[in-house]
Amino acid sequence: MGVEILMPALSPTMTEGKLARWLKKEGDQVKSGDVIAEIETDKATMEVEAVDEGTLTKIVVPEGTEGVAVNSPIAELDGGGAGGSKGTAPGHDTAMPQQPAPPAAASPEVGEVAKQAEDYGAVAQRGADRKEGAAKMGEAAAAPEKDWGPTKPMTVREALRDAMALEMRADDKVFLMGEEVAQYQGAYKISQGLLDEFGPRRVIDTPITEHGFTGMAVGAAFTGLKPIVEFMTFNFSMQAIDQIINSAAKTLYMSGGQLGCPIVFRGPNGAAARVAAQHSQCYASWYAHVPGLKVVAPWSSADAKGLLRAAIRDPNPVIVLENEILYGHSFECPVADDFIVPIGKAKVERAGKDVTIVAYSIAVTWAMQAAEELAKQGIEAEVINLRSIRPLDAEAIANSVRKTNRLVTVEEGWPYANIGTEIAMQVMEAAFDWLDAPPVRVCGKDVPMPYAANLEKLALPTIPEIVDAVKRVTYK
Amino acid sequence: MAQAAEATGAKRRGKAASAPPMTQDQLLQAYRDMLLIRRFEEKAGQLYGMGLIGGFCHLYIGQEAVVVGMQACLEPGDQVITSYRDHGHMLATGMEARGVMAELTGRSGGYSRGKGGSMHMFSREKGFFGGHGIVGAQVSLGTGLAFANWYRESRNVSLTYFGEGASNQGQVFESFNLAALMKLPVIFIIENNKYGMGTSVERASASRDLSKNGAAWGIPGEQVNGMDVMAVKEAGERATAHCRAGNGPYLLEMKTYRYRGHSMSDPAKYRTREEVQKMREQSDPIETARKLLLEGGLDEAALKKIDDEVKAVVQEAADFAQSSPEPDEAELWTDVLVEAR
Repeated sequence: MGVEILMPALSPTMTEGKLARWLKKEGDQVKSGDVIAEIETDKATMEVEAVDEGTLTKIVVPEGTEGVAVNSPIAELDGGGAGGSKGTAPGHDTAMPQQPAPPAAASPEVGEVAKQAEDYGAVAQRGADRKEGAAKMGEAAAAPEKDWGPTKPMTVREALRDAMALEMRADDKVFLMGEEVAQYQGAYKISQGLLDEFGPRRVIDTPITEHGFTGMAVGAAFTGLKPIVEFMTFNFSMQAIDQIINSAAKTLYMSGGQLGCPIVFRGPNGAAARVAAQHSQCYASWYAHVPGLKVVAPWSSADAKGLLRAAIRDPNPVIVLENEILYGHSFECPVADDFIVPIGKAKVERAGKDVTIVAYSIAVTWAMQAAEELAKQGIEAEVINLRSIRPLDAEAIANSVRKTNRLVTVEEGWPYANIGTEIAMQVMEAAFDWLDAPPVRVCGKDVPMPYAANLEKLALPTIPEIVDAVKRVTYK
Repeated sequence: MAQAAEATGAKRRGKAASAPPMTQDQLLQAYRDMLLIRRFEEKAGQLYGMGLIGGFCHLYIGQEAVVVGMQACLEPGDQVITSYRDHGHMLATGMEARGVMAELTGRSGGYSRGKGGSMHMFSREKGFFGGHGIVGAQVSLGTGLAFANWYRESRNVSLTYFGEGASNQGQVFESFNLAALMKLPVIFIIENNKYGMGTSVERASASRDLSKNGAAWGIPGEQVNGMDVMAVKEAGERATAHCRAGNGPYLLEMKTYRYRGHSMSDPAKYRTREEVQKMREQSDPIETARKLLLEGGLDEAALKKIDDEVKAVVQEAADFAQSSPEPDEAELWTDVLVEAR
């Protein structure tokens, strides 16, 4: 039973090579791992190792031969050793090979892989369903916002803290970690009182090492824990962005669905006030680009409380982009114990018929103020608070545009590939024929954030800019 | 390497009264496990050569004693995490050769249903948390596995493997600090195979003794002859005992060697053939174990039987990896997100 030795490919692009030298001659004994020949490609000289053992009976391709095609036979072995590579190995056909049993006690017959194969049909079906589900995404958004009953005024700061406290009471797997979250009570006092209630096991101060502690939290989430990672600001998440994207977002896919990552990354995003370029940046576009992540951006206290609760319960990694300036603002917030805001649903904050203004986070404040201004001039703007950036409630936006026929987006992020860009494109795909004017984006200027007070004001969207944009799309 | 052998040897001599780190039966098991990795990797190299495996393929040949020795120290629930040179680690944890090989060929029978490939496989059941493609990322992730043990107040430990090349990454040192600060049960295992791709450790690390890299944080470390499965097991027992007792992290620098290139497409011109040949002839972990077994009274026929069994397992894996179908096209869309309940 001869075994052919084939010309190997040494890179994914190699199709042929030169057989430079034989290191064994006919009649030599060959063991697994012995270097038997050298081959040359356009890039390098590489060694060919024997996989099977036996006696080299015949050299088919003499050394010095150029242009030897990959997978053509270059030599023959007599297959003297047991277990040739042609599937005729003794013990292979005749008896079930005994699986080595390492300490963890491998199951010899039906392992996980076999089970996976059995479940394969179900998985494929799930994939097909998902695709369909994605196409239908947002149809339910047409349903009216659920009435949660009585409300009370609450700051965004209190709403975020309450959301964490409620979820931590309900589930011991939830914990908070970050810089100054425990003893200092939070750099922005979001975690006020949590250390007292939950103790140092669940409210954990970290050193200033975003890359390291983010990776640590992601690793913990792989085991089923549900970390909430607070970034003092999202600017510092760039230190850890590899762990967020390459580890948290992609592992579920790369593991064929085995290893999820139920984790929340939260903290203030975007410009605060007078902290200049490195501390004033919006990350919505950055994270929204990534499959495997969900991204939400609360505006009101109700958004903050409801979305953060949903984010903590979500089995996927969720980015919660908060806004420092909004922390101290007070809004009415439902008091119901089970109040929650589903991820993926936008909210119409103000109804109108003349133009659709889509905004998120603090830009909703500006959009609402601009709408007041416009109302005085006889233009009724509909303001949509996105709440979720990914998944995007594209249907809610398209439905509104089908009514108003005009679209303006508002955000503080830079113009290039921002969320408004994505919204405009999706509206064109879904409702092009309803548009009576090209959509307009109002956004941060295409410059790093300046420090000087007057320049900073110029760099951010303003209410007059929103009013002007609306007039442009309404031709007024 | 001689230096490393001396380092461990000195420690072993210091405890002259203690029993050998492995019984004859344990050594036989270790031999079988190392041989499975060796034969599996040779087969993977062959399938790569036939164009059945794509992309990157980093072989573990030469380093088998490290994972097999360490795995022998583990208890149920302990975790293992490593880089992209991960086939050996997976086989050592008991993951099935056929599932690993089918992942290499990108088939639906692979551990990640063909969506992860050589560098990205996982088994929650076997405590294997990947398989990570970004150099050094697994070190903070592994620290997180240890954090989870701490949080759950279990006595489990996390074996966090990385190469000497990764040992210079910033997040490795961040992880050392976090683990020492919180006394997390993590064993940092530096597999020093002397070359980070084509750059020798001397050209990449100012540190001359990587086992001391955790010294600033008070992390005890030792150099171990990673070509000797007994020495690995012995050091591993010390490290796991340290972690299980709640004393925090431990660092093991495994002095080892990879016979093959960094990946399949590496012609390995940064070292001489003589250097590789010398390691193979004088320090091969499988040959060393084989000699010890024969000295211990085992006969050639028994070893031959194991060789045949291992070959059959690998052949079956290779056959499965070629017969298992490619993933259904619908798989493109699955597992991006966990469906909300």
